Formats: sequence, structure tokens, C-alpha cells
Amino acid sequence: MAPMSQPRPSLGEHTTSIDARAHVTAAAFLGRTPALALGDGTILLVDAGEPRRLTVHPDAAILVAAAEGDRLVTGGDDGRVVVTRADGTIETAANEKGQWIDAVATRGDGAIAWSSGKAVRARDAKGEVRGWSPPSSVRGLCFTPKGYRLACAHYNGASLWFPNASAAPEFLQWKGSHLDVTVSPDGRFLVTCTQENALHGWRILDRTQMQMRGYSGKPRSLAWSNDGEWLATSGAEACILWPFQGKDGPIGKAPRECAVRPARVSRVAFHPKALLVALGYEDGFVMLCRLSDAAEIFVRQCESGAAVTALAWDLDGRRLLFGTAAGEAGLVSPPA
Amino acid sequence: MTDKIPVTVLTGYLGAGKTTLLNRILSEPHGKRYAVIVNEFGEIGIDHDLVVGADEEVFEMNNGCICCTVRGDLIRILEGLMKRKGRFDAIIVETTGLADPAPVAQTFFVDQDVQNAARLDAVVTVADAKWLSARLKDAPEAKNQIAFADVIILNKTDLVSDAELREVEARIRAINPYAKLHKTQRCSVALDAVLGRQAFDLERILEIEPEFLGADDHDHDHDHEHEHEHEHGGLKHYHDEDMQSLALRLEGDVDPEKFMPWINALVQREGPSILRSKGILAFKGEPRRFVFQGVHMILDGDAQREWKPGERRESKLVFIGRDLKDEEIRQGFLACAA
Repeated sequence: MAPMSQPRPSLGEHTTSIDARAHVTAAAFLGRTPALALGDGTILLVDAGEPRRLTVHPDAAILVAAAEGDRLVTGGDDGRVVVTRADGTIETAANEKGQWIDAVATRGDGAIAWSSGKAVRARDAKGEVRGWSPPSSVRGLCFTPKGYRLACAHYNGASLWFPNASAAPEFLQWKGSHLDVTVSPDGRFLVTCTQENALHGWRILDRTQMQMRGYSGKPRSLAWSNDGEWLATSGAEACILWPFQGKDGPIGKAPRECAVRPARVSRVAFHPKALLVALGYEDGFVMLCRLSDAAEIFVRQCESGAAVTALAWDLDGRRLLFGTAAGEAGLVSPPA
Repeated sequence: MTDKIPVTVLTGYLGAGKTTLLNRILSEPHGKRYAVIVNEFGEIGIDHDLVVGADEEVFEMNNGCICCTVRGDLIRILEGLMKRKGRFDAIIVETTGLADPAPVAQTFFVDQDVQNAARLDAVVTVADAKWLSARLKDAPEAKNQIAFADVIILNKTDLVSDAELREVEARIRAINPYAKLHKTQRCSVALDAVLGRQAFDLERILEIEPEFLGADDHDHDHDHEHEHEHEHGGLKHYHDEDMQSLALRLEGDVDPEKFMPWINALVQREGPSILRSKGILAFKGEPRRFVFQGVHMILDGDAQREWKPGERRESKLVFIGRDLKDEEIRQGFLACAA
């Protein structure tokens, strides 16, 4: 460990501040354009030069967002699902009148999905919309890596739904409220975060279950390493990384911990090319942690002390975008 | 604590006047902006932009606590509302007429994110003066709502005689003698009687004395006032067969080593039938008052201000619940004396 007097490596001078002026719901790169989805219903596109503010959900809040390619899909408390592109074009994909959009998901081919209350809908690349009525509200959605299939987190478990098939969705049962959902890049494991400060996982093939517990808060941010071998998670006073190398995933294995701090990790984002994870904390700190040697690099401490609520790398991992609940944001360009 | 958004829960049996009260709150010139969470949009003031539809999704926590049910939709909505922070000052949750207030209240004790962002201000129950007595006999939901309340708006008093009003008031008091009671017509009540009560703030649980004298609305009850005073001594006393309150008092100090295990075991065992509990305790060797409150099995307590010089150190507990085992609870508490 380095002596206290030695300054820690810092990327503060490589950070450009952005005044987002509203709760940052999500950060993403639309192609090469940094984009922030905000609680005042706007999207801020941070091109070189003057940032552009697009009003995509007028008089509403962006509750959820997901990005793919040059598109950002946002869901608002106005019941609308909007697709925004890097060039500033806006398309209203759906309007669930009087409802809130609780979750959105994107797929590489242009398909999107959203949930509002007890309704899940998927729109394929050709624009055909299919619906499913889950047994309870769906708070988490993601497409599986293979096939046109949607993973949905809800009360008492998760479901896997083929929008184009008439068969009933496959139901993975575990008592309690399941919030966010992710599927491993190899498509073998489905993991949810739950109300009880834990993760719950299933090996999809045989439904073997796994519980990943010990968090002090809800692990609401989940990110896979580029090789698919690690799942980085928030919700503890360190980044907790679960090993998914073997056929049994994390069953019977202990997780790794990195970047221990006196505040909880609120967002995690894995570098797209290296075993390097970016971390946002509830007290506004942003850090990087390299898995090979657990080296920590301090990026930024946001002045307000508000929680980091959004964190994203660009496609080749050259830039990192972050935002907080108090509307501060920044773009980090680490030296090569 | 100060920047937490206050949340008022509005309950009441079908037709009692919840929507009337809600519209009254929203239309008064108070300069405050409310986010309103409702189940039916129907009759809410239409030009209010922050009305959120809820679906009362109650689920059981997966923590082995059988009565620990929470409102999942409320957790989700509060999380969403926090993204609009600064655009409203307070939240009002209107429940359906048949709702049990417990899952709403428990949401504020159980979910840490909700706790960090918001605080439960009070449970306000609107009751129909004409029909409440009948509902207390045939609708357990109506009884739950009365038992759970911090504030009771006894509405539509113009539809009953003075004798009937005294009767229904006595029936309410048999179940819940601690709530503030306001007798109204068309829910005409001062807003500060309903909002900003801080009924769940431990620092505000100063006294837990019955409210038999009533917190009447002077602007509506002038003609009753005199009569009421005289009636008090002879207020009809009812005993509700299935829902009661139990008040216990112990002179002198309580041993925390005995009390804590006892109260925890009690709510674990009897939690499903204890709707609410409160206590102010003089712990041996502790210069400060220990204050706690509970909803079913969930307890929340803390040491508060110091006992004042000359203030009598005594410990008081209050329970409201179904089929309370009076004698067993009493003996258990007395055995905790230091």
C-alpha cells in the first residue's frame, strides 16, 4: 500500500465538467456523442462545442433509458417511449397514456422493449409490436444475447419471453421483489437484483439457483466484463465482482472486492476492452479500478456530494461519462 | 431529515370523503406543490400535473417476517419522483377504500431508499359519521383504518343527530383513543390539522395520552363545545370486541436488558395482531428518554431528549391491536422494571 503522503493517481485534470442542471438518469455514448438523459425530460448531447439540449419528454421526467449504437431509448413519467439519435432526431415509439414507463431495453438489430405497470411490449427491428401481460409490474428488462427473447424481472422471480412465439414465457421463481435483470454475455446465466439487498441468479439451462448476498444496499447497477467472466455490482462499500468463469458460475465461490471506501458504490461500468471497472459512489466519488493488480485511480469528487447516478464508457473505452443526482456531470478522457 | 419529503397517507372506507379532502387540500391557496399518488384518477382536480396512478401492489418481503408486507408500486413511484426532486414539496398517497394502511406505513420503515428520500408524516383516515358504526361491524378494513390513524376526519356530521355523533365518536375511541379527531362537514378542516403532523417523528412523540377531550375544530363545533365539555365525564364507553388499545405505565426505571428482548419477542410473536405501538421509556442509567414506535413486527426506536429536572421518570407503552392479550403483555412489561 502506498504511504499516505504520496498523492494518489488522479484524473481530475482530464475531466471536463458538464452542467446537466437536473437529475442524471442515464449516461451513454450515441456513436461518438456523449448523451445524458435527465430528470427534467431533456437529453443533453455533449458534442464538441456547444452542448445541445433536446426536449424529448416535455414537462416530464426521464425515468429509464437504454442505449444501443447511435440511439438512446428513454421512458418517461409521461408514458412515452422515445428514441433519440446522435443527430438529434426524435421518434416517439410508444405512448402508454396515463402510465409511467418502468423499464426499457435495446437490442443490436434495432428492436426495443418497454414495460409500464402490468404490460410489457417489444417492438422488433421491422416495427412490429407484441405484448405480454406479466403477473405483476416489471421493473427490469433486457434482451438475451441470443434470439429475440426478453428477460423480465418482476415479483417472485423473472420470466423469459419470446415475443414472436405463442408459448407462455418461461418463469424462474424466487420469492420477493426482483428489480433489475441482466443475462450473461454467453447467455447461460440470468441475474436479478432484489429488494432484499441481494442478487439472485439462475443457470437458465437447468434452473440451478444461486444467491449472492451480503450487500448493505440494493445492488442496482450490474455490469459484465468484456470477456464475460466477471459481473461487477454496486450496493456495497466496495465494488463486488462475482466470478462467472466456470460452468457453475459463482456457485460456491467468493466474490472479489475492490475500491473499498466509506461510501456505497452506486454505479458500475466495465471498460469495453480491458479488465478495468469504473465506479461511482453515493458520495459523488468516481474511481477506476484495474482488476489485474487492484490499482485504484481517483477520477473526481463531485462537489455537491450527491450520488453518482449514471456512468458509461464509450465504444472503445477512451472516454468515461458520469452524472449525479444533483445534476453535475463530467466527461473523462484518460491519457492513453 | 429536513430535506426529506413528507408523505401523508389518506385512507378511508368507500364513500367516506377521501376525494373531497384531497381536492380540498389541492385547491387551498397554500403555495405548496403536492405530488399525489392515487388509485383512481376519476375526480381529482384535473389541472394538477403531478398525479400518479398506483396499483397497490403489495408484496411480502423475503426476510422471513410473515406480516412484513410493503407496497412495491410505492417504492417504484417514490424512486421515480426523486428524479423530479425540487418540483414538489410533499407527497399525498390516497389508498383505496378497502386498503390496509399497514403495507404503506411499513414501506417507509423497510425500504432504505424510501427512508433516505421521504418520511411518513401521518396516516389520516376519513370516516363517514353516518355509516362508520355499521362498517365497524361488517368491514374489517374500516376498523383497520381507524385503528391505524394518527388523524381521523369524522365527516358528514350534518347527516347525523348529536346523539348519533356521540355514539360513533365513542366507537372510534374504543378502538383508537390516541388519534386526533376532527368532526367535519364536506371535510372542511384546517390543512395543518391534516398535513405536517410529524406523527412518525420520534422526536415528536412527546406524550402518549388518550385524546378523549378531542381536538375539535373550533370553527365548526362552537355549538357543541359547551355540551361536549359536560358530556366528557359521561362519554359512553364502548368496548370493541376485536380491536382495542392497551396503555401501560410503570413508575420508575426500566431495565433495557430485560425490556429489549421482551418487546422484540412480543412483536415477533404477536406482531400480526399489533397494528401500532408506541413507547416512552426511562432506562436505568440513561439520562435521556428512549422513544420507540412500531407497525406490526417492525420497531424503530432511539434515545431522545434528556429527562428534565423534576420530571417524573416513568415508562409508558401503548398498543393498538386485535385481541390483545392484556394481562400477558402487562405482566411482561412490569417484569422489565429495573
